[in-house]
Amino acid sequence: MSTTNKKLHCILAEFENPAVLIKAAEKTNKAGYKKYDAYSPFPIHGMDDAMGLKESKLGWIVLFHALIGFSGGLALQIYTQVIAYPLNISGKPLLNLPNFVPVTFELTILLAAFGTFFGMFFLNNLPKFYNPLFNSERFEKVTDDGFFIGIEAEDGLFSEEKTAKFLEDAGAVYIEKVYED
Amino acid sequence: MSQTTGQVTEQPLFDGNHSFGSITRLISDIPQQETPKWWYIAFGISNLLMGLLIAMLVYLIWEGTGVWGLNNPVGWGWAIVNFVWWVGIGHAGTLISAILFLFRQGWRTAINRFAEAMTIFAVMCAGIFPAVHVGRIWVIYYVFPLPNSMQMWPNFSSPLLWDVFAVGTYFTVSTLFWFVGLVPDLATMRDKVKGKLAKSLYGFFALGWTGGNRSWQNYEKAYMLLAGLATPLVLSVHTIVSFDFAVSVIPGWHTTIFPPYFVAGAIFSGFAMVMTLMLIARKIYGLEDIMNIKVIEKMNIIILVTGWMVGFAYIMEFFIAWYSGVEYEKFAFINRAFGPYAWAYWIMMTCNVITPNFFWFKRFRTSITMSFILSIIVNIGMWFERFVITVTSLAQDFVPAAWGYYSPTWVDILTYVGTFGLFFTFFLLFLRFLPMVAIAEVKMELPQAKVEYYANGNSDKDSANN
Repeated sequence: MSTTNKKLHCILAEFENPAVLIKAAEKTNKAGYKKYDAYSPFPIHGMDDAMGLKESKLGWIVLFHALIGFSGGLALQIYTQVIAYPLNISGKPLLNLPNFVPVTFELTILLAAFGTFFGMFFLNNLPKFYNPLFNSERFEKVTDDGFFIGIEAEDGLFSEEKTAKFLEDAGAVYIEKVYED
Repeated sequence: MSQTTGQVTEQPLFDGNHSFGSITRLISDIPQQETPKWWYIAFGISNLLMGLLIAMLVYLIWEGTGVWGLNNPVGWGWAIVNFVWWVGIGHAGTLISAILFLFRQGWRTAINRFAEAMTIFAVMCAGIFPAVHVGRIWVIYYVFPLPNSMQMWPNFSSPLLWDVFAVGTYFTVSTLFWFVGLVPDLATMRDKVKGKLAKSLYGFFALGWTGGNRSWQNYEKAYMLLAGLATPLVLSVHTIVSFDFAVSVIPGWHTTIFPPYFVAGAIFSGFAMVMTLMLIARKIYGLEDIMNIKVIEKMNIIILVTGWMVGFAYIMEFFIAWYSGVEYEKFAFINRAFGPYAWAYWIMMTCNVITPNFFWFKRFRTSITMSFILSIIVNIGMWFERFVITVTSLAQDFVPAAWGYYSPTWVDILTYVGTFGLFFTFFLLFLRFLPMVAIAEVKMELPQAKVEYYANGNSDKDSANN
């Protein structure tokens, strides 16, 4: 690892297993760090509380899209069947709400699913093809069996030595400085 | 395994005492190996069959639907039968990934990726039939509410149009759900593969996933919401497919039992199809630890339960036909069992109502040979169910002077055979290039994924067998 004039992105610490990781994340949170994340190959239950994360906002995005799907679907059918081109089909009423249920339902689900899909990636800042973390070879383990905490240099409490020491005390088995390049 | 005191030790879901690392290797090594010879052979055959499908479709579009065996009373034949059959098969994927997720059935992780892929490809096969059935496929865009110079709109009171929206939504949502599940595993592939091109391709589709908990939080929420949305969706799709029949006035079609009956049948045949494909894949790719006998047994129980639901619906239909007192209804059902299509009816009854009963016995439920044979029989039976419903009701409805008899032509048969080519072409590509088991989700179900596991000095590495 060269320590030239490259800008430091974060200090990455590896932990042995999910239980140690969750404790370390709790300590990091308690110590007052804000710009950090716990990386793992799968979601670990209890991690959100350990990190003190607020409830995901995704539900609101989905609700908003579902409502658009519902009202848009209903409006589309009422407009086309009643207003734009009223057509008498076997004497059925034009404003035939029970008949509009299936399409309204499907469009609600469709829009809500789009909201979930794009909303999730939006909240996660993805796609993001460049990430300084990918400069670390060790970090490739994160999708296999590696458990990491990365504290970013931009965090107010960050100091190169103290943060590294802090993570070591939290039980890290490996520490690396990750640079932007 | 875990010996924690004061806790109930659960049977581990997966065999082989795997560690996180060995699960990754087990699954991510498959796309990295050299392409096996059998794969080329199977892919070649599938391609030929897909070519056959394309040829049949071109011939059909060139000549018109007259090349099919349709006649005057029977306007819906094999095309509709195949459509309903393929859509039904597609239902297992969403059931496994969504409904079993909401019920916290951890074993679903062994097969969900696989079954979702099957769903998407089955729905693709299904979609072809109604699309070409319209006759003038070059104006298929009439089914979409697009502003046009005639100022005409689709008829939103028609079940056929509901079907367009239902199947279209189902295909889209299944694909989104599948992709969301794939992202963390594509990231695993990105970090594992050696080749530069492969790395950038997997990397592109992994979208830069890092596995940070701030991302997992939204991810898990999204997964839960998609499961919650897909659950009513999957039930609605076959319900709406059944409306194509039930909203008409044809005796044998006009019944209120159709929606639940169709949904149960769809799950029945879908699970059977997953079973057939899974038993082959686990053997070829050595995934017996994950797709183990416990998973097979649970799937067989679902096949048994849904098989009985279908059987109950068959009996109920008869009862209601008699109870309704409507002559035409009574005749339609007696005619199914003893009329000119009795052969199809009894194939259906044997395959769907009698054979699943083998699964009452643990010996058969846990037998691979038995599961394989019965899964194929079930799908044959379910094809005949759709044939019986569609054709017998149309062939002899009201006035005997207007009755007819329907037989498929070679074009009907070869089109159906060809859809298997389409299905397996895509399925083989999936097996070759994508992780066929949800790696991250399987890891979540391992005992060492839970924090309590480490309470008295266990570690992930201890349980590793390599």
